[in-house]
Amino acid sequence: MSAPSQASFKISMLLNDTRYRGYTFQFTSLLLLFVTFSYLGSNLIRNLEEAGLNISYAFLGEPAGYDINQRLIDYTSQSTHMRATIVGVLNTLLVAFLACLSATILGVVVGVLRLSKNWLISKLMAVYVEAFRNVPVLIWIIIVFTIMTAVLPSPRAFRGEDPSASMIFDAIAFTNRGVYIPAPVFGAGSLIIIFIFLTSILAIFWYRRYATKLLYGTGKLLPVFWPSMAILFVPSFVVFFALGQPISLDYPSLTGFNFSGGWTVRGSLIALWFALAIYTGAFIAENVRAGILAISVGQTEAAASLGLRPNRVMNLVILPQALRVIIPPLISQFLNITKNSSLAIAVGYMDITGTLGGITLNQTGRAIEAILLLMLFYLLISLSISAIMNVYNKTVSLKER
Amino acid sequence: MKLLNFLGVAAAVVLGAGTVAAATLDDVQARGKLNCGVNTGLVGFAAPDANGEWDGFDVAVCRAVAAAVLNDPSAVEFISLTGKTRFPALSSGEVDMLSRNTTWTFSRDVDLKFEFVGVNYYDGQGFMVPRSLNVSSATELDGATVCIQTGTTTELNLADFFRSNNMSYDPVPIETNAEARQQYIAGSCDVYTTDASGLAATRANFENPSDHVLLPEIVSKEPLGPLVRHGDHEWGDIVRWTLNALIAAEELGITSANVNELAGGTNSPEVSRILGTEGNLGEMLGLDAEWAKRVIAAVGNYGEIFAKHLGESTPIGLERGLNAQWTEGGLLYSPPFR
Repeated sequence: MSAPSQASFKISMLLNDTRYRGYTFQFTSLLLLFVTFSYLGSNLIRNLEEAGLNISYAFLGEPAGYDINQRLIDYTSQSTHMRATIVGVLNTLLVAFLACLSATILGVVVGVLRLSKNWLISKLMAVYVEAFRNVPVLIWIIIVFTIMTAVLPSPRAFRGEDPSASMIFDAIAFTNRGVYIPAPVFGAGSLIIIFIFLTSILAIFWYRRYATKLLYGTGKLLPVFWPSMAILFVPSFVVFFALGQPISLDYPSLTGFNFSGGWTVRGSLIALWFALAIYTGAFIAENVRAGILAISVGQTEAAASLGLRPNRVMNLVILPQALRVIIPPLISQFLNITKNSSLAIAVGYMDITGTLGGITLNQTGRAIEAILLLMLFYLLISLSISAIMNVYNKTVSLKER
Repeated sequence: MKLLNFLGVAAAVVLGAGTVAAATLDDVQARGKLNCGVNTGLVGFAAPDANGEWDGFDVAVCRAVAAAVLNDPSAVEFISLTGKTRFPALSSGEVDMLSRNTTWTFSRDVDLKFEFVGVNYYDGQGFMVPRSLNVSSATELDGATVCIQTGTTTELNLADFFRSNNMSYDPVPIETNAEARQQYIAGSCDVYTTDASGLAATRANFENPSDHVLLPEIVSKEPLGPLVRHGDHEWGDIVRWTLNALIAAEELGITSANVNELAGGTNSPEVSRILGTEGNLGEMLGLDAEWAKRVIAAVGNYGEIFAKHLGESTPIGLERGLNAQWTEGGLLYSPPFR
């Protein structure tokens, strides 16, 4: 049998021949897509021209003129819109990071507990999961924020001879505007302490690795937890007192309308963080449960027959294998958290949607430019999160040799 | 949620080919309804009443324009817009006009390509604090937590005011008046700032209005007025002269009660010109002769509208102040109808 020669190709084969038909359809779809988008694009440009508007990002260099309450970098109302945008970006990243971290911890704990043999615990966890993942996250954000503002006392309640509210340990004040906590003040010599503290952390890793090696090598089991704690705190404390306590705490105190001094964790940040964490935590719990159930019971039984205690079975045998199933959906949960953080304006948290997509957009009227930039930002940040998590996924996925 | 709104509006800009073009009057008459952008709910200015009918000072302007061009003050589709969504909604053609406590500023007029047709309320930004704080002046607000509605001129004024007085403050951005009210009542902000009229309207709705004081400082000029898109001057003229007709009617003593009687015959030539019994002003506008008569019959003159929605007999209890006629020491001054 000989292959059909090139000369035998006919136009009708583009539709009739299964070898070419696929390409024909793909090409047509691509063309249609291209035409649609160019039509929309040219329409946009024509309409903008008709309205006498143009696309320009010059506004980013102009003074913003508004203030932002929560900022991780210096910012005043005289800073540029660009700076306000960066403040918003950092605020988005802050709340996304905090929420991802706490949602993961919460999700893993709940996911494991939902499989507990204890009837009450597993049912309670089931109720948590079903209640939280089936109510929209915006509602949760508002509920948490409303409860915070309604239940916690306002700073006014801390004032007077016989205040109706008081600070915990004279150091932490829970108010409906946020939580005020002491802030460290770094004096001379504090760098040494920070250096020693960081070295201690490295030392813990080294010690744990050594303990594992010793265990695998000789079967001798070293205690890990208490030595780790000792390595973490003892050297730093010794140096801290030896140097005459160079790091002190700045306690918040009530002056004028508000507490001043110390650090403020704003109510809006707490509400958004907490709501995103408990909402997404419910989804992650289900991912974790699915991951664990995907590991065959034989693994548990095998590990148990080796004499491992249930805790160790979970930590050493089940969870490492379950991670392969858990990580891919976990990535989408992290992306969800990041994108859901754009609901921040509901509680007045100034994330990038609040600064660039909110006040800047409004004051400059540059809706299309601001929204495009906003889309670009969320796209970039989501792709970065996926990239990082995919790298991690590679390290835990099954390695076939 | 808001992002979706924006995208919706952006999509409207993209897809709504031709709607931005001229001849809004033809569009409105063909549709039989006026699309009017109003506040999401500010009692006295624009809020649905107990029957679900929109009512208020800004709403009356919409109804007046509908009475002029459609012969029916109820032929209005009210579209409630937040501080953020109002401008994209107007420039995309989603609404024909905006009557939503909007401050006339240079950049909105020039850069955003809108046309403010006049001022229907001369306002200024004020501050409201609980009486228990014992604050008597805005200059004592150093360090205070301030609730502001985002997307308004107030956040810029606020930044300027505190900066020029060397004071610090803690801004809490809020999306709508209702949320601001809740935050303020819960004490999560010390001060609520917005246009003084808006503060009065908000306070009137409190359980104990007397527990809250409006500070004497007015830190900005906020001339509020209706606006339309650039580019359709005929439509802009209709809205402008409808507003002027309301103001002039008060000055000339035309009320909803006596408008029919005056239209039957009067000695005043300007009244006759407004009411269409003399001259052809309506025709010049592209409307019929009785347009202004219908406007006044439907909603009353400026003074009647003010008294009904904002005046001292209402819970809001605003004085005329700057919004009195020029003959009585105010700023209202309609150009002559001739």
